[in-house]
Amino acid sequence: MRNLLVFLTRNYFFLLFLALEFFAVSLLVRYNYFHRAGAVSTANALTGSMLEARDNMTEYFGLKAENARLARENALLRSQQKGAFMDYTTNVDTINDTIYKQQYQYVEAKVVDNSVNRRNNYITLNRGSAQGIKPDMGVISPDGIVGIVKDVSENFCTVMSLLHKDMHVSAKLKKDGTFGQLDWNPPDYTTAILHDLPSHAKMKKGDTLVSSGLGDAFPEGIPVGIVQTFKIKSGDNFFTVDAKLTTDFKKLKYVYVVRNLMKDEQQELQKKTLESDKDK
Amino acid sequence: MISDILRHGFRFLVLVLVQGLVLKNMELGPFVNPFLYVLFIIQLPFELPAWIALIVCFVTGISVDVFYNTMGMHAAVCTFIGFMRPALLRFMSPRDGYENTMQPNMQLMGRLWFISFAGIIVLIHHFMLFMLEVFSFHDFFWTLLRIVLSSVATLVFLLVTQLLFYRNKAAE
Repeated sequence: MRNLLVFLTRNYFFLLFLALEFFAVSLLVRYNYFHRAGAVSTANALTGSMLEARDNMTEYFGLKAENARLARENALLRSQQKGAFMDYTTNVDTINDTIYKQQYQYVEAKVVDNSVNRRNNYITLNRGSAQGIKPDMGVISPDGIVGIVKDVSENFCTVMSLLHKDMHVSAKLKKDGTFGQLDWNPPDYTTAILHDLPSHAKMKKGDTLVSSGLGDAFPEGIPVGIVQTFKIKSGDNFFTVDAKLTTDFKKLKYVYVVRNLMKDEQQELQKKTLESDKDK
Repeated sequence: MISDILRHGFRFLVLVLVQGLVLKNMELGPFVNPFLYVLFIIQLPFELPAWIALIVCFVTGISVDVFYNTMGMHAAVCTFIGFMRPALLRFMSPRDGYENTMQPNMQLMGRLWFISFAGIIVLIHHFMLFMLEVFSFHDFFWTLLRIVLSSVATLVFLLVTQLLFYRNKAAE
């Protein structure tokens, strides 16, 4: 026993080394063989939180690319939404009642220039004729309507913002479908006025106004504003509604250009009808 | 004494974190993997009892393992470094032995001593580490190339760190 103690004290350094080395190697063999994440790995709380903190820092470097990627994905998803398809079951005798034909496509775009404090505001987007953008296409943001494409160059387009005196949007009450014309209420970039809403419409503060789908720029049901106050002027038969715009024009970053695939068809038909009307 | 412990503890934290959070994610190609944290072991004071140094080395290795998800690999290598360190120190001791004021850094021990001491430790460390990682003699020369290039990279990092942090005193 005594000899053992002497041996231990004399060789303690080597024995300690052996013990630690054995421990390390057994860890190595065991964990690497089974590929099991033990308590001592990046999976534990301490290093996990440290790695997360590092990620929180470094992810900012990739935000730009990440945003672009997400916007692209959103555009794709919106193109596949039910609202993007036109009900194609015109004939009741047709059994194929689940067929929808695509009417709207969405092209994602980044706002490269914007203003909110002028009387007539324009937005510039980084998409142009090369990406299939044409004048008079609608532009929406995830929150609501933004404007209508005005001029198009090869890779850019200017958009007549909703904050423009010539910009009128046909909007309806989401609840009962009565519609009117929505104009900007300058100079406040957060509010608009809805004119010509029939006096029989029932509404209350907080009701949502959505696009009516009339015209050919915007699909039906895109949010536009929230009803704030409403009144009927004396001698008038229509409501004048003060609405809060759902789109925050000052924070506009990524938007979608709406491509109406049936626009030409619709316009041609309407033109024909008008012309035949004149002939009479 | 307390300030020494604090100083080394701080160095330990910084080097392990830099290794685990920064150097690990540096893209320097498949052949260059610098392990700067060895600097902590290199800079352990001369007068530190060997058995404490051994345990400290083991802890250093296991801390790095946590970041690399290589349970026990760095620990095994570092424990071996801790084991051979006293012998290496004895072998490289100055003619009159180490003095109390001496510390294993470039400024106090001179460029030649520091580079050879650090070089030997880094080479042994990297050799064992990469061999353990591959765990075979298959493609031995590729492994050897990784060992050599990584050692050079580690040494460069190490010297730059030394020059950065001991520059002022050296200039005096």
